[in-house]
Amino acid sequence: MSSKQTPSQTVGPFFAYGMTPEQYGYDFASIAGATVEGIEDSAAVTVEGHVFDGAGTVIGDAVIEIWQADTEGRYNHPNDQRSSNQAFKGFARWGTGTDPENRFVFRTVKPGPVDSEQAPHINVIVFMRGMPNHAYTRLYFPDEVVANAKDPVLMSIPEERRGTLLAEKIERDGGVVYRFDIHMQGAAETVFFDV
Amino acid sequence: MSARDWDSHPPYIHEGYKSTALRGPTKPLVPLPHTLSERTGPVYGHECLGPDDADLTLNSRKTGEPLGERIVVSGRVLDGNGKPVPDTLLEIWQANASGRYNHAVDQHDAPLDPNFLGAGRCVTDADGVYRFHTIKPGAYPWGNHPNAWRPNHIHFSLFGPTIASRLVTQMYFPGDPLLALDPIFRGVPEGARDRLVSSLDLGVTEPDFALGYRFDIVLAGRGETPMED
Ligand SMILES: [Fe+2]
Repeated sequence: MSSKQTPSQTVGPFFAYGMTPEQYGYDFASIAGATVEGIEDSAAVTVEGHVFDGAGTVIGDAVIEIWQADTEGRYNHPNDQRSSNQAFKGFARWGTGTDPENRFVFRTVKPGPVDSEQAPHINVIVFMRGMPNHAYTRLYFPDEVVANAKDPVLMSIPEERRGTLLAEKIERDGGVVYRFDIHMQGAAETVFFDV
Repeated sequence: MSARDWDSHPPYIHEGYKSTALRGPTKPLVPLPHTLSERTGPVYGHECLGPDDADLTLNSRKTGEPLGERIVVSGRVLDGNGKPVPDTLLEIWQANASGRYNHAVDQHDAPLDPNFLGAGRCVTDADGVYRFHTIKPGAYPWGNHPNAWRPNHIHFSLFGPTIASRLVTQMYFPGDPLLALDPIFRGVPEGARDRLVSSLDLGVTEPDFALGYRFDIVLAGRGETPMED
């Protein structure tokens, strides 16, 4: 028997103390922050970006979630039976309202490939005031040219839009930064998925 | 293929809710076959809860009890097959009894309550049941159009079994005359709107203490287990 889904509604402008309380200075613990729990410092990278609206304005009241595999491509979830890295949580959540430039800035690791077909990627979920449903996208890595060219999801997207899912790799202060801007609309509108 | 039933959800962009115009995707969503990435998702269970997280009348007390009407909000979380979703995290946030959020961005001239933050979380039991104690939130004005007021509501966030079941929504109260005027609520397809309205339930009510409202939640997707598929 199938049940009828509960409709989605926007997170609204006041999600901070419900979803990201510590980040915004509330006296209530967050379940997750900007750093993916259980990463090894030696492998840590930064993933950061802006979220832009259709007028090209940076959105300061979005909240971004990332869900990813560890460096060996394993998810910490019962449906991934290879999972053995229990310390690695694979999840982080950050609002765009506290950074001076309204970026989201995550500390994580570059995931390994999760299966034999797909290129390494990070699953990204976008929420904001003014958006009644969340939006799913994926971040792919520019240093995975060979794997990206074979990735069935990337290849299912019209060529001219694939670039919206590719992060830009930057070296900064001796570390690696993957820059991933999210454009809700416009010529560079990010590819969003019907998951 | 898609876990979300688009007849149940509001469109990304709809005229009445002005901020959607520049914020929702305009190009069709790209279908995504469910790979291991979509068949997994964050797992947060009982270990992430503080002792009073599910009781918003307790979890932020400084000098005494928060003001307002004490209520119980309870229900079941189900998957697309109508099966209970056990051990899944719910996060809620809301305005206080005066319709004021404890948030820097909220400029509504209504009093804050020093004993009420308005955030809570809870994990469903083996039967998919959750239960919160809180204060009935007040209505508040917003800038969408002249004299716009949001109906009383509580924001809910749920993970469910995988990222495909992720849901953020709002629960409303029965008989609220503001529902008919609210573009956020009315953005939902007409036949699905009543699923967002809780019902007064004497079975949930705690006699001589707090009225009870029942709000069941159905997530997208079917609770896939490693045995199936
Ligand atoms: Fe609200």
